[in-house]
Amino acid sequence: MASPSSDNSTPKGEPWVWFTSVGLLIGLSMVAGLLGLVLINGFSVFWAPPVPTVKFKDGSEIVGQFVQRRVRPNSPASDPQYERQYQIGLRELNSTSYVWVDELNIIEEKIVPETLGLERMENGPAFITPKTIVDAAGKPHAMDATAFAMIRAEVEHASEIRERVLDINQNKIGLVNAEMEETRISLRRAEDRQEPTVVLTDKLKTLDTKFAELKKEADEISKLTARAQLEGVDAKGRSVIIPFAGIVRAWEPNRMTTMDRIGLMFSRMHEFLFDAPREANTEGGLMPAIFGTLVMTVFMSLLVTPVGVIAAIYLKEYAKDGTVLRVVRICVNNLAGVPSIVFGVFGLGFFVYVLGGTIDQLFFSDQLKYNNNTPVFGTGGLLWCSLTLALMTLPVVIVATEEALSAVPRGMREASLAAGASKWQTIRDILLPASAPGILTGVILAMARGAGEVAPLMIVGVVKLAPTLPIDGLAPFLHLDRKFMHLGFHIYDLGFQSPDSDAARPMVFATTLLLIILVVCLNLGAITIRNRLRARFKGASF
Amino acid sequence: MSNARIQPRPVADTTGRPDFISIKNFGFWYGDKKALESMTFDIPERQVVAFIGPSGCGKSTLLRNLNRMNDLVDGISHEGDIAIKGQSIYDPGLEVISLRRRVGMVFQKSNPFPKSIYENVVFALRVMGVNNRAVLDEACETSLRKAALWDEVKDRLNDNALGLSGGQMQRLCIARAIANRPEILLMDEPCSALDPIATGKIEELIHELKTQFTIVIVTHSMQQAARVSDRTAFFYLGKLIEYDTTEKIFMNPGQAQTEAYISGRFG
Repeated sequence: MASPSSDNSTPKGEPWVWFTSVGLLIGLSMVAGLLGLVLINGFSVFWAPPVPTVKFKDGSEIVGQFVQRRVRPNSPASDPQYERQYQIGLRELNSTSYVWVDELNIIEEKIVPETLGLERMENGPAFITPKTIVDAAGKPHAMDATAFAMIRAEVEHASEIRERVLDINQNKIGLVNAEMEETRISLRRAEDRQEPTVVLTDKLKTLDTKFAELKKEADEISKLTARAQLEGVDAKGRSVIIPFAGIVRAWEPNRMTTMDRIGLMFSRMHEFLFDAPREANTEGGLMPAIFGTLVMTVFMSLLVTPVGVIAAIYLKEYAKDGTVLRVVRICVNNLAGVPSIVFGVFGLGFFVYVLGGTIDQLFFSDQLKYNNNTPVFGTGGLLWCSLTLALMTLPVVIVATEEALSAVPRGMREASLAAGASKWQTIRDILLPASAPGILTGVILAMARGAGEVAPLMIVGVVKLAPTLPIDGLAPFLHLDRKFMHLGFHIYDLGFQSPDSDAARPMVFATTLLLIILVVCLNLGAITIRNRLRARFKGASF
Repeated sequence: MSNARIQPRPVADTTGRPDFISIKNFGFWYGDKKALESMTFDIPERQVVAFIGPSGCGKSTLLRNLNRMNDLVDGISHEGDIAIKGQSIYDPGLEVISLRRRVGMVFQKSNPFPKSIYENVVFALRVMGVNNRAVLDEACETSLRKAALWDEVKDRLNDNALGLSGGQMQRLCIARAIANRPEILLMDEPCSALDPIATGKIEELIHELKTQFTIVIVTHSMQQAARVSDRTAFFYLGKLIEYDTTEKIFMNPGQAQTEAYISGRFG
């Protein structure tokens, strides 16, 4: 006899639990797949595997880093044939940096211990067999047991000098340039108003001399390492001469220990995080883009939070309930669903051209008149990007704040009013502190959305390569009018606008990984603050 | 045990103004629904008046009108008048904020702010613009002493008030309500969420406070009304059925409904 609970007509809930969990499972596996793909591909940028010498049936050889293997197009499905991609670098000799080779043609892949890997300022990496090292004094050295140590010392010396030259070029000459620019504008103004120009022309001359001196100093310094070079042969036996001044990093891919490889990985990661990009953004670091994204997101949060909170206070606490309020609420909610590119177009049309144009007319009219109509605020920039995204994320903050205000226990509001507090005092002293965690949740959502947004930024001030950061040592330190680099746009630019898509591909993944990490870090920061606040109000839930 | 600690009720103080709070032909609506039928009675100065009656009888509504807390509700209207010391609380010249500063209120659920104990007590003074530390310290200690909480919290005034026990929280709310020395203290079922020990402490407190404040208390416990009040008003279905000295109401009620209610036959 069946017990009543196992009767067929008894409804059972369990299958539906499984059914509903499928939704979560699909979502989670997609997220895990995305993160896994990005992680593996992103980290491969930094890892230095052994570099084989590949021998072909026709007797030719290549030296290159293995990239990927795939089924050759048009090979029969029943008997798939594969082809392999190698990064051979040395763009000045080889027509392309990456080659596909048919696996059927490969006789063997051998590991030659002498192979030297070089990361260079230009023309991609190089894999060569070194023959002679010429040091800074022009003295040649044959390859011996200490040769690699010497190569490294020379590379280090060269990069020190490169940095010194860069410092002069970017910082010192940059300052002189900025001053010259200003003086030239003053000069044009003075000429226009027929005022004496002697002082200004003199100043310009002094600056010219200073500029020439700095240039000379930079040349002198770079001469220190001009004679140092590395001579070797590539896989085809062609002789290659590479000046140390152009080498960023040297490694022996086939002799390294695992520890060496990890060390190299960290060195590359450091460069990735803290240096500027090289080679059309496909190599080097992302510092300007990281910095730009961070400054823009923080600035956006600073703009959107007060406006959103004040608007929500008015809607929730002061506005009279009625049709108008309902319509306004619907509009605010709909604003959250407007495609971001629409905000970008609005930002360009209103913020950049109308607001920025007006600011230029009012405050920078001299600049416009005497500097070939070069706009200051009347063109895309950090301020307009932040404002556009602030507008885009405003509904999120408004809705979150309204909900947080509604969630404050009624008793607290009544207690405050009964104690003789005015409505404003109640809002300021009781409601806002108590709803701070909820408001912060809204700001977190806004930041997450803002940091990852690309489309509107492309038209209001983000660029492929910005020579200067939005914050620097030049007064007024925060340059709201400057164009800047952004990780999201960087991904788009690398992936779809790069001349060498093979070279850019690993960087796309590494940049994606970085953007995800950055968004997670921003969110974690905000969540920590929120939890601290929440701990202060724990137990206030009745 | 807790009842044993309650001192015998002192004789009502009759030196004060007999019509300290004067309710004249007062009726009240929530939208179209009439919540209070027109009623007239006076509450004397420095006495405790208890409002009793079954749920929904309008006792809380009347209480919340005495400091115009009902203004928060949309669509309310009233007839007649309530005057405190002869001045109408609906006088257009009287700011509702200044009314509430004269009429303190303690709620059914204790509702301390998520601030320190100290900041909770001095809140009413702070919103009045008092920021002198000495004045605030003095008010804090006096109020907490009057609320019989000082000895328990004097060493942790800067701790979060939400860490107190339920009874302590309610006494803190009383301390907060009397910190700016109001003339009237309204209590809306202040002990309904408390255990007998905490209830005992608060009743004791009411006895002490009535030497300085006029107290109106809404309660569901008839024993409590009998223990703490000098006068009792019985409400039923929005009507004031009977209002007299507590002794008279409990010993010899004039109305049959009152008698039925206090003897537990309905409500």
